[in-house]
Amino acid sequence: MTATMQPKSEAAEAPRRGKRTPGAGENTRPRRGPMQFGHWWWALPGIALVFAIHYVATGIGGFFAFTNWTGIGSFKITGWTNFEAIFKDPTKLGALSNTLFLAFGSVLLGNIAGLVIALGLNRVVKTRYILRTLFFMPVVLSPLATAYIWKYIFDFDGPLNAFLTAIGAGDQAKPWLADPQWAIWTVLVVLVWSSTGFAMVIFMAGLAGVPVEVEEAAAIDGANLWQRFRNVTLPAIRPAVAIATTLGIVQGLRVFDPIMALTGGGPAGATETLATLVYKQAFALGNFGGGAALALVLAAIILIFAVLQQRLTRSNPED
Amino acid sequence: MFRYTKLTLLREVGLWALALVFLAPFYFLVTTALKPDSELFTTSALAPPTNPDFSNFIDVLTATGNSNVVMGLVNSAIITAGSIVGLIALGSITGYVITRSTRRWSKGAYYLFLIAIILPGQLGAVPLYMGARALGLTGSAWGLIILYTGMLLPLSIFLYANFFRGLGTDYEEAATIDGASKSQIFSKVVFPMMAPATGTVTIFAGLIVWNDFFTSLIFLGGSANQTLPVAMYYYIGSLVSQWNSIFAIVIVSMIPILALFLFAQKRFIQGFSGGLKG
Repeated sequence: MTATMQPKSEAAEAPRRGKRTPGAGENTRPRRGPMQFGHWWWALPGIALVFAIHYVATGIGGFFAFTNWTGIGSFKITGWTNFEAIFKDPTKLGALSNTLFLAFGSVLLGNIAGLVIALGLNRVVKTRYILRTLFFMPVVLSPLATAYIWKYIFDFDGPLNAFLTAIGAGDQAKPWLADPQWAIWTVLVVLVWSSTGFAMVIFMAGLAGVPVEVEEAAAIDGANLWQRFRNVTLPAIRPAVAIATTLGIVQGLRVFDPIMALTGGGPAGATETLATLVYKQAFALGNFGGGAALALVLAAIILIFAVLQQRLTRSNPED
Repeated sequence: MFRYTKLTLLREVGLWALALVFLAPFYFLVTTALKPDSELFTTSALAPPTNPDFSNFIDVLTATGNSNVVMGLVNSAIITAGSIVGLIALGSITGYVITRSTRRWSKGAYYLFLIAIILPGQLGAVPLYMGARALGLTGSAWGLIILYTGMLLPLSIFLYANFFRGLGTDYEEAATIDGASKSQIFSKVVFPMMAPATGTVTIFAGLIVWNDFFTSLIFLGGSANQTLPVAMYYYIGSLVSQWNSIFAIVIVSMIPILALFLFAQKRFIQGFSGGLKG
């Protein structure tokens, strides 16, 4: 909505603005209202580029969601057919539930792990900066490289099975990535591994803002470790929790690279997500209309959760 | 009150144990990459190589064609640097104007950028590809720099806008009174002050562009100018379970970014934890 309104209001403002500031380089101070800095048209290249690359491209893609376009040649407008097909197809519904499972699972586990490590590193630990650097390392790696490392770890001849055999649990060894039941858990492990460090630094920054005096006062008043966390620390780091979870969910819902490199969505669609299905439908199977419809569903889900998260954090009395 | 006690020591030891488990993948990465072919399937996956050698790395660095890793490194560096320059230039000025402007549309523009951050890229990928091909932007480093700049610009603008919002207008007012023009104020007063935001944008954009696979796979498809992740993908595609060679190229691909991270880790972590607030 805002997107379509935008150029209109700019055009309406343009002539008015142009008349008011004759000679842009002159050192005239505005006669009324707050002081103005910068010219409005300085923002035009940025707005135009974002508009073309994000909104126009997405808009065209969204239009094709209602067609049977294959990616080349002619097409027919088919209305809601593509969307009906999504909600009737069990593989696509499976991909939807996988997407939600991976997004929420990785956010939950990654944030819990990040919070535990951040709490552990908080205050007095002498090597906290070295440890922080070590735990953060996976965050800077490319998802592709990360996925290759883990692919070997979960390989049938890989370290995980070798370890299980070494501790006498060799009967538990299995081809993890090819096992329909376990494959999605391997993806979850990889996502948690690469996001824990990110959650950790956000929590560490939040924890650094908790005044020592308050914690001390609570401890002197006899609050135990859990009570201190629950009533002093947690309320203070609430904004940090909000940021870490929002970003995690948006990222998690879009997850693509690690799955393509690890399992390719297999075995038998067990790790397929909306993002990998969109790619396969639109680029590999030549069903661009269907792929675009899926992408539209994904976009809607992401927007819903992002707005929901924003609402939840804004209504907090603590903020 | 919070002194170093025996309990703290225990906590510290526990954290180190956790860190060792957490970083075990790096152990497998390095030991496997150093194994010669003869040891790959004969030694345990857990054991280090008995005769470590660097032949896998030499193979990787001398590969040609699609999987020319050295070319990939150079291309990735050019594209990453170009995108960062574009994102700083456009992001700072746009973020500045929409923050400082009191006009009604500036708030709308802010939300325009905010929504663009979370739109999933796949929906626009095919129209974008067709548009880029029509304009002759596919297959060249220039095209990819423009694309990345456009794709990450909302994030860059968002980071700059949040920064300028927290920055008072005192200096700009003083400069106006001293007779500086609007462009002088931006280039001489505002630009030097925004270094922290520029650092954050550089780190985010650098990491995302350097590590990105999907965009460069599609938009550079078939050309000789591959980026590092694509070169790695093709190189690995030609190997089946040759984990020692695979890991050699994985290590080569992650050394630049890891070195940069360890060199400037404080800045990285500050960027991540501070840049996203607001």
